Amino acid sequence: MIHLETHVLVVGAGGAGMYAAIAAARNGADVILADKSMIGRGGATIMAQMTTAAALGEEEPDSWEKHLDDTLDAGRGLCNEELSAILCEEAIDRIREMDDWKVGWARKDGKITGVMAPGHSVPRCVYVDFLNTGPAVAKCLRTQVARADSALRISGVAINDVVVDDGVAIGAVGWNLEDETPVTIAANAVVLAAGGLTRLYARNSASINMNGDAYAMALRAGAELMDMEFPQFFPIGHLAPRLVGMDPIMWDPFRYKLGGRLFNADGEEFLHRYGGEDADKYTTTRDIISYGITKENEAGRATDNGGVYLSFRHLSEKVLRDAFGPVIDKLANNGIDLMERDVEVSPIAHYHMGGIRVNGSMETCVPGLYAAGEAVGGANGANRLSGNAIPEAFVFGERAGRFAAEYARGRNRSWVADAAVGHVDQLNAMIGRQTDANGEKAALGGMWAELQRLMWEKVGVLRTGDKLTSALTRIRDMRTELESVAPADDNEFNLTLQDWYDLRSALLTAESVTLAAINRTESRGAHQREDFEQTDPGQTYNQRLRLDDDGSIVSDYLSVAGGAQ
Amino acid sequence: MSSHPKNVPITILRGVPEEETYEETFDVPYREGMSVLDAVVWIRTNVDSSIAFRYSCVNANACKECMVAVDGKTEYACTARLSSDGNTVGPLTNKVLIRDLVTDIVPPKENLRTILAERGEG
Ligand SMILES: Cc1cc2nc3c(=O)[nH]c(=O)nc-3n(C[C@H](O)[C@H](O)[C@H](O)COP(=O)(O)OP(=O)(O)OC[C@H]3O[C@@H](n4cnc5c(N)ncnc54)[C@H](O)[C@@H]3O)c2cc1C
Ligand code: FES
Repeated sequence: MIHLETHVLVVGAGGAGMYAAIAAARNGADVILADKSMIGRGGATIMAQMTTAAALGEEEPDSWEKHLDDTLDAGRGLCNEELSAILCEEAIDRIREMDDWKVGWARKDGKITGVMAPGHSVPRCVYVDFLNTGPAVAKCLRTQVARADSALRISGVAINDVVVDDGVAIGAVGWNLEDETPVTIAANAVVLAAGGLTRLYARNSASINMNGDAYAMALRAGAELMDMEFPQFFPIGHLAPRLVGMDPIMWDPFRYKLGGRLFNADGEEFLHRYGGEDADKYTTTRDIISYGITKENEAGRATDNGGVYLSFRHLSEKVLRDAFGPVIDKLANNGIDLMERDVEVSPIAHYHMGGIRVNGSMETCVPGLYAAGEAVGGANGANRLSGNAIPEAFVFGERAGRFAAEYARGRNRSWVADAAVGHVDQLNAMIGRQTDANGEKAALGGMWAELQRLMWEKVGVLRTGDKLTSALTRIRDMRTELESVAPADDNEFNLTLQDWYDLRSALLTAESVTLAAINRTESRGAHQREDFEQTDPGQTYNQRLRLDDDGSIVSDYLSVAGGAQ
Repeated sequence: MSSHPKNVPITILRGVPEEETYEETFDVPYREGMSVLDAVVWIRTNVDSSIAFRYSCVNANACKECMVAVDGKTEYACTARLSSDGNTVGPLTNKVLIRDLVTDIVPPKENLRTILAERGEG
């Protein structure tokens, strides 16, 4: 066993975790930044292509209050206004700070330039060319965190559980992937910045590390979740033919610039059936497009792979090349000539609005436990604006690191090994249990595939009470089944042990999403119920989840507040 | 409708540094355009989850964690196309082997064992 000590432990090194580590270090704390993948590489941050919303107002008059109005409008009445306001106001500071760190925001005539994105009233989405925002910000933050002397970066340590003693977070238990050694980390404060949950769905834009760890760890530590019924689906994710080296949400910029048309398998345009427009413009809102595509599928008018066609064949090669020259070549390498063929698209799980419930200092209801980034719920309500997630990671990360450092600095370390012993024993038992029995070799892979299908079919874009209830029953059974599944008996880089812990979190998180979706008997934002198609003003509240003493998830309702707690 | 998928053989070099490495061949249903990563993920999901393999981003070619040797040539598994005749996939040969397809590509300053060794605690 390995034991480490620090003031602030940051779990997850995406945009939020790296910013938290930088902020905690410059506020005087010793920091450990641990990621189960590699620092700055494993999550969504490095995959983001483009939009980072901030009301800089360099090119056109703008203000963070306007950005806030747009955010609240999109959130369909459920935003925690305090968190949304912090996001919009401090996005400006973070974007400027990263400009000082030479991240390379695109400029025109010396001014940081922003593009328009749906739902924003001002072109305020800054970016790094060309479609390089994620890699550029990840690199910039990796460099800054490497410069912070008091921050220790650790790649390849997966955190399983937060250690809580007498209701206070005092560290965490995890393991070193390279050699399967258990690791305990004593910390006065823990920041959960372990990202989102979209890998729970069969169709997703996720990396393999986005399986809901943060939410599950928070629940198990006694913290609360909110708005878990609101994963966001991106309507026109790439489905087929197989495209490699390009992220599946890549058709969005195409549609902004070029429009494009959507057809079902019978070659008909269909959006008008669902209240959308069929002109060659990208004006129909995302929720209507997702709804229409899902309905066409249900009506048996889907393409071979279960989507619809997106077509640019009515455009000339010149128009395509002028708009997307290098990308057109990349597509050609993938065997896709947009002049000749259509592509198949479908909604895919893309982001999670819900998450850990925090106050403006990013503190959960468990003293010493903080959260940041996509792991946090509240700022985006029932629906997120394009471009709000990257600044959310920076702003909430900076705050979580700063406030965690303040909290941690003055305190004596009070590691209580007894409080960790249950988690360590459980881990050792998993390591000891390992068998390589034939026939069980792919049990974990099979369970993952089943969960992803289940969530996609029953807790996906269009929900009904019946589908959700049957999903809930199956998820609960799977939680029991997982208990007796053994990982393989390898010691080095044992992905099956990781699969097991990933699934443990994924199933608890899946249950949270499903339960919350059952309870919300209306349609609002990203939560669409076929059996309750209207928005019910009486349900303009947030749903809070926590774990009961017996391990079951309990929920209640909170009026939408200026701030948690 | 898509025609019946044919299977292609994919050979994976497996093992840990202390023991002799061995080859294991799996039949993978071939889908046009699929990547070597798709094939390894299919094997892990359906046949043998115990293969060690490092990757994160799957599609975007952003994380740069998935480098392996495909028929001896260094490539990203997520952008290398699976050949319709099959391929042999092995670990990078210029890096220290951890197990199967995983080599030590973590910067030393971020590696827990190296950190502990430098502190004299390893
Ligand atoms: C393909 C794609 C494109 C996107 N494009 C945009 C865009 O253009 N604009 C926008 O605003 N947003 C975009 N988003 C959303 C945005 O990128 C994310 O919401 C944001 O980056 C989340 O940052 P984060 O730091 O909270 O999480 P992440 O960047 O996901 O980082 C989480 C980290 O935690 C680690 N981790 C997870 N579990 C554990 C554990 N148990 N122990 C240790 N480490 C753990 C992971 O390995 C990962 O490195 C996009 C998302 C995707 C997937
Ligand atoms: S899986 Fe991320 S670059 Fe290949």
